[in-house]
Amino acid sequence: MSLSSRHLLGLQGVPKEDIQLILDTAATFREILERPIKRVPTLQGKTVVNLFYENSTRTRISFELAEKRLSADSVNFSVGQSSVSKGETLKDTIKNIEAMKVDLVVVRHAAAGVPNFLSRICNSNIINAGDGIHEHPTQALLDMYSIREKFGKLAGLKVCIVGDVAHSRVAMSNIFGLKTIGAQVSVCGPSTMIPKFIEELGVNIIHNIDEAIQENDVLNVLRIQLERKAREYFPSIREYANYFGITQERLEKNGRDILILHPGPINRGVELSSEVADGLNQIILKQVTNGVAVRMAVLYLLGTLN
Amino acid sequence: MDVKAKIIDEDGLSRIITRMAHEILEKNKGSQNLVLMGMKTRGEFLARRIFESIEQIEKIELPLGVLDVTLYRDDFRTRLKQPEVSVSNITFDINDRDVVIIDDVLYTGRTVRSALNALMDFGRPRSIQLCVLVDRGHRELPIRADYIGKNIPTSNQEEIKVKMKEIDGEDAIYLMENSVKN
Repeated sequence: MSLSSRHLLGLQGVPKEDIQLILDTAATFREILERPIKRVPTLQGKTVVNLFYENSTRTRISFELAEKRLSADSVNFSVGQSSVSKGETLKDTIKNIEAMKVDLVVVRHAAAGVPNFLSRICNSNIINAGDGIHEHPTQALLDMYSIREKFGKLAGLKVCIVGDVAHSRVAMSNIFGLKTIGAQVSVCGPSTMIPKFIEELGVNIIHNIDEAIQENDVLNVLRIQLERKAREYFPSIREYANYFGITQERLEKNGRDILILHPGPINRGVELSSEVADGLNQIILKQVTNGVAVRMAVLYLLGTLN
Repeated sequence: MDVKAKIIDEDGLSRIITRMAHEILEKNKGSQNLVLMGMKTRGEFLARRIFESIEQIEKIELPLGVLDVTLYRDDFRTRLKQPEVSVSNITFDINDRDVVIIDDVLYTGRTVRSALNALMDFGRPRSIQLCVLVDRGHRELPIRADYIGKNIPTSNQEEIKVKMKEIDGEDAIYLMENSVKN
C-alpha cells in the first residue's frame, strides 16, 4: 500500500484509503515513541526542510521530532532570520533551497495555496503544515487519530467543530477528512463565524452549544484566533465565552460523556473554562503525542515513495 | 512459482520444532535467562510453537516477543512496493537477557541484520542467538544461525515457502521454482 499522491497539501479530495493508511501507519509509530531509544533508521539519508513563514510551537517541534525519530536530516528555516527580509521571493527562496538537494519540504505560510504553488514548481515532496485559512491536514489527521483511539472507529461518529470555523484551517481539514471517512460533522459558533458555503459540504449548523454537547460524541473546540482579528466577529470576549464557552457546569448539565479535543494553544476562560481545560489536559497532551506519530507516518509514507 | 517438491510435512515440522527447542535449552544450560523473539510474520508463529515446546519440556513460560523490522530495512530505495509497517510487541526488558531471534528462512542475512539493529534499540541483551527453520544459503552478510531446522541448498531461481497452520492452513515446507522458461 502506498499513498496516491506525492504531496500532502490538504485533505480535500484525499481518498479514504490514503487517510486510513496514514492512521494505521501512525498507530505503529506510536509504539516507537514508548521505547527507550525513540529512533528508527528509516529515513536515513533523506533531507527535510521545515519552512516556517509563520510562528508555531507545537506543529514545528512535532515535525522536527518526527523527522529526528526517523533519522532524517532536518534543516529549519524561520522567516525572521532569512533573506526574506531582504525581499527575496518565495519562488527564489524555494529554488535555492532545493538546489541544496532536499527531499521533503514542510511548509507553513500565512497565505492560502502556498503548498499547492510549491508542489507545482518543486521536485520535493511537499507537506502542508498550515496555509492561511485553507488547510492544516496533519492537525486534522492527529485529531482523527485521537478520536479513533478513543472510540475504535470514525465512521458513524458525530463530531461537532466549535468556534471560528470561517477562519480555521483546522476546521476545514477536519471537515474534509471526517466526511471522507464517514463521520457526521456539524459546526457550532456565532453566525458571523460560520461560512456561508458550509452546508454545501454536507455539514449541519448548530447555533446552541448545549444542543451541540447533547447531540455529539466529540467536540473539537477551536481556538479563538485573537491575533487574526477574531474580535471583530462578536461583541465581546465575555459574550463569546457566555454563549459558546465550554464550562464544567455546561458539561454536567448535559450529563454526557463526550470527548473534547483542542488543537492548542488554549485561550483559558474563552473557548474553554480553566477548569475544563485542566480536566482535559491529559487528553489534549495525548493529542500532542499522537501528533508526532501521525507526522512520522506522513513523512515515512511520502519519504519512502519511489 | 511452481511447487518443485514438498520437503517437510506436518510431522516433520513438529519433530524439527521439538529438536530445536531441546537444542536451545541444551546450549543455554536451561532456560533461566532466555527470551524468544519471533520475526514477523511466520517467525512469530514459529516462536510460539517453540515456546509451547519448551513449556512442555521445562514447565516454564519464557517471555515471548514479536519483532517487526520493516523500518530497519536497507532496501527502501530499490523496492517497487512500499512495505507495510506493523507493530513490534515486546512487553519485557531485554537488557542482560539471552535473546533467541526466530525466523522461518535464512537467505541473504539482511533481515537478520535489521533485527539486530532493531533489538539494540530496545536494550542491550547479554547475547543474541539466531534460530531458523530453513537455511537456504546465498548469504550476503557475515551472519550464521545457531540453530537450524534444515539445510536446503537452493539456486537463486528457487524459493523456499514455509507454510504454517496459523495463516496458511497447513504445516509444510515447499521448494518452489520460478516458472519462467528460457
